[in-house]
Amino acid sequence: MATSPLFRSLDARTSEVLIEFDGKQISVADDTNLAAALLEAGVDVTRKTAISGASRTAYCMMGVCFECLVEIDGVSRQACQVRTHAGLKVSTHSPAATKGDIHD
Amino acid sequence: MSGVTIVVGGGLVGLATAYGLACRGQKVRLLDQGDTALRAARGNFGLVWVQGKGYGMPAYARLTLRSAAMWPRFANDLLAETGIDVHLRQPGGFSLFLNHEDMAEEAGQLRWIREALEGKYRFEELGPEELRRRLPGVGAEVVGACYSPDDGHINPLLLLRALTSAVQRRGVNLETGCEVQKIENTGSGYRLTGNGRTWEGDRVVLAAGLGNQSLARQVGISLGLSPNRGQILITERLPHFLDYPTNYVRQTGEGTVQLGYSNESTGLNDGVSASVMSDIARRAVACFPRLANVQLVRAWGALRVLTPDGFPIYQESPSFPGVFALTCHSGVTLAAIHAYEVAPWIAGGPPPDELQVFSDQRFKNPDYKVTSNGH
Amino acid sequence: MTDHVPVIVLGAGPAGIAAAMRLHAEGVKVLVLDEQATPGGQIYREVSLASPKRKELLGRDYAAGSVAVASFIKSGIDYVPNASVWLVTAEREVHFRIAGETRVISADRILFCSGAYERPMPVPGWTLPGVMTAGAGQILLKTGARVPNGAVVLAGTGPLLYLLAVQYLNAGVKIKALVDTSARSDLMAAARYLPAALPAWKQLFKGISLMAQIRRAGIDWYQGATDIQIEGKVKAQAISFTHKGAQCRVDCDLVLLHQGVVPNTHPTLSIGAEHQWDEGQVCWVTKQDQWGALSVPGFFIAGDGAGVNGAEAAALQGRLAGLGIAISLEKLTTKAAESEAQTIRRSWEKIRCIRPMLERLYRPIQSLQLPADDTIICRCEEVTAGAVRQYAALGCLGPNQAKAFGRCGMGPCQGRQCGLSVTQILADARHVSPSEVGYYRIRPPLKPITLAELVNEK
Repeated sequence: MATSPLFRSLDARTSEVLIEFDGKQISVADDTNLAAALLEAGVDVTRKTAISGASRTAYCMMGVCFECLVEIDGVSRQACQVRTHAGLKVSTHSPAATKGDIHD
Repeated sequence: MSGVTIVVGGGLVGLATAYGLACRGQKVRLLDQGDTALRAARGNFGLVWVQGKGYGMPAYARLTLRSAAMWPRFANDLLAETGIDVHLRQPGGFSLFLNHEDMAEEAGQLRWIREALEGKYRFEELGPEELRRRLPGVGAEVVGACYSPDDGHINPLLLLRALTSAVQRRGVNLETGCEVQKIENTGSGYRLTGNGRTWEGDRVVLAAGLGNQSLARQVGISLGLSPNRGQILITERLPHFLDYPTNYVRQTGEGTVQLGYSNESTGLNDGVSASVMSDIARRAVACFPRLANVQLVRAWGALRVLTPDGFPIYQESPSFPGVFALTCHSGVTLAAIHAYEVAPWIAGGPPPDELQVFSDQRFKNPDYKVTSNGH
Repeated sequence: MTDHVPVIVLGAGPAGIAAAMRLHAEGVKVLVLDEQATPGGQIYREVSLASPKRKELLGRDYAAGSVAVASFIKSGIDYVPNASVWLVTAEREVHFRIAGETRVISADRILFCSGAYERPMPVPGWTLPGVMTAGAGQILLKTGARVPNGAVVLAGTGPLLYLLAVQYLNAGVKIKALVDTSARSDLMAAARYLPAALPAWKQLFKGISLMAQIRRAGIDWYQGATDIQIEGKVKAQAISFTHKGAQCRVDCDLVLLHQGVVPNTHPTLSIGAEHQWDEGQVCWVTKQDQWGALSVPGFFIAGDGAGVNGAEAAALQGRLAGLGIAISLEKLTTKAAESEAQTIRRSWEKIRCIRPMLERLYRPIQSLQLPADDTIICRCEEVTAGAVRQYAALGCLGPNQAKAFGRCGMGPCQGRQCGLSVTQILADARHVSPSEVGYYRIRPPLKPITLAELVNEK
């Protein structure tokens, strides 16, 4: 899953925390933008679309596109609007396949 | 004599009727408004709903039952016609109650209807344990429910697409961006005009929702319509958890959850208000606590088309024979009846059973008492 | 926090800050709500946290923002960060969400400073991971100095794209290619606006200097590129395009797209304010008077949300709106404000005069305004341009009916990514102007809230 990350930081990390993505622990900067942190950690896919199950991740970084939706404690959140902290548990956002979708 | 029937209004009533007419070989021209028209259809919950309908007017209960029974045939015809499955499911539906008074009132009305229909009316009154057995996940605040095995739902978006496709395949001439303002008798038929455009036909069907009021008046039919606003909330997509339609909550085929139910007299304002949205959300979470942390994606208002007693009006104009007004607020439930019984009547065939009950003349009778709000 | 304030300013970018400061100076009580954790909007994002090294990397224009932001922070004006506004009523109530709670505050006047966002740039493959906006690239730079780790291609056109290129060069990032959709013909066409643009010679010079830096760096610069496609199965692996008649393909890990920015009209549409289609900017703009007052009483607008003119213009507009609001609250007479207003307007005209040239030079190319049939235009619901054309064939007149036909615009972003595309595709299919086609009806919530948050609103 985690290939070479799409982004790296030029800053030296002042403090790090452990968060979880889909049950896997990753080390990220503390109190930083979650979407950015995931990109930096090599997490390229954070959501699966409801229609085709296509892989998506952050696109606009400013809360407009909703591509960065993730699941945190059972709630859908835009990762670009969340700050990291120790123990944050994040999961891929993928509403289960439904039946009777208009695209069926 | 042009041989053309003009249907004014491209909502659920107009589309279903136009489809029925076209199936009868009629040449139909369907006139619809523009992109920002009020469209009562936007307020539909997708319910094919029998429960509670006809309290105060048994004929309406019978009409509704007949339509619900005809819906499978309607859905199959649309599928065969267009390849689009509107996802009709009729597993029965639940009216959930958060207090005993409301449940008692509803149950009382259902019993009244059953008696008026000589027992030919199915429903159950469910206490909390039985309800929880049938509807897992229902909240502790729900005191009980009334269940009707004849209730069901469809996918409103697919229904719209199927009907639009079906009428076009049947050769209905669909014209959009129309504003019909005036209707006149030309001697050899009827002429409709509006915004510089003209249409002519032998027969006219007024199915324009709230717009029917002024048009019907021009042909001597008095509808007494008033808009009634309902606000609807829709959530993000969720894993499927609810098979049955309910009065307050319905999960769509896409996984989104539709929440209602409200009534307001706000004139032609189809906006929303935080207070009603909050009430709807509170009831929804009380009914299904799992909805508490679900994201709300959109809220909108839509205007129901209410007659003075809330029951349909199907009326041919006495002074303009061949001009019909069709008005109801259950465009989805009655779609089958509109296609298979009302359309043939308009085309010159026999009227649906008890049609005279739905005449606008009932309001002229001083003894006629409006017993319910017709929901 | 009180339940009512005289003025609420929505947005703490250059416009919002300038307006709040001007009102504050007039003794008017203001509350500023902003979605982010620190003031500055997107253009000056995190400038108050930026080190000198960071400011150098991002350039002088960015660094200049720190002055206004610092003054704002010091001013003591009521400011609520991390506030997500979900409903603004025509009766001037603002409902917002903060730290999982929802609150309501009403005001006598509301000023929208909600800024702009990127124009959608639908190309095949644009939904793949590894494809982002140039604005996103810039935001990542501003928040945590994040730069592309692999081969990055910048594609599209517009001042932000070239600025980002230079910022990446400053950061030591190797840019694999600049796939530029503006062509020589755009330059020729824009040249006739040059005389009118001359008073803004400083900005012109900045732009020319950016281009020169890009050229000096020897980046592969493909000008007049068309037929852009991004290739890859589960993520972006290459970008292909046509250049000078030849098919080109560049392997890459990251593609950053840009076709200019457009005003964020969702808040103003949601209150029913009148808008009009602007052919030069190719987008919707809110109808406003000389002070920024909208068609709905009590509402004003300032900044890029009113029409894209850049940060300097936004600050000027903010000050003007501050004056206008103060006048409307009778804290200031028109006469007393007139000379200041005139000075502001003169400066604004000087900045604004470059816009016709920029708008023509960086006009989005036709194929991006009207994508090919199989291109996804509604990212949320995966609806293609071809599907929208089919709805038009079925009689669909406008975006609202398009929603009913195919769920286009019904997803979480509520049309922000597809709105302009749908309007333009339908206009083209119907052979009418975008003005006649209209736009999505915008409804609350402007940003999502949970049902529990809605129930528990204070």
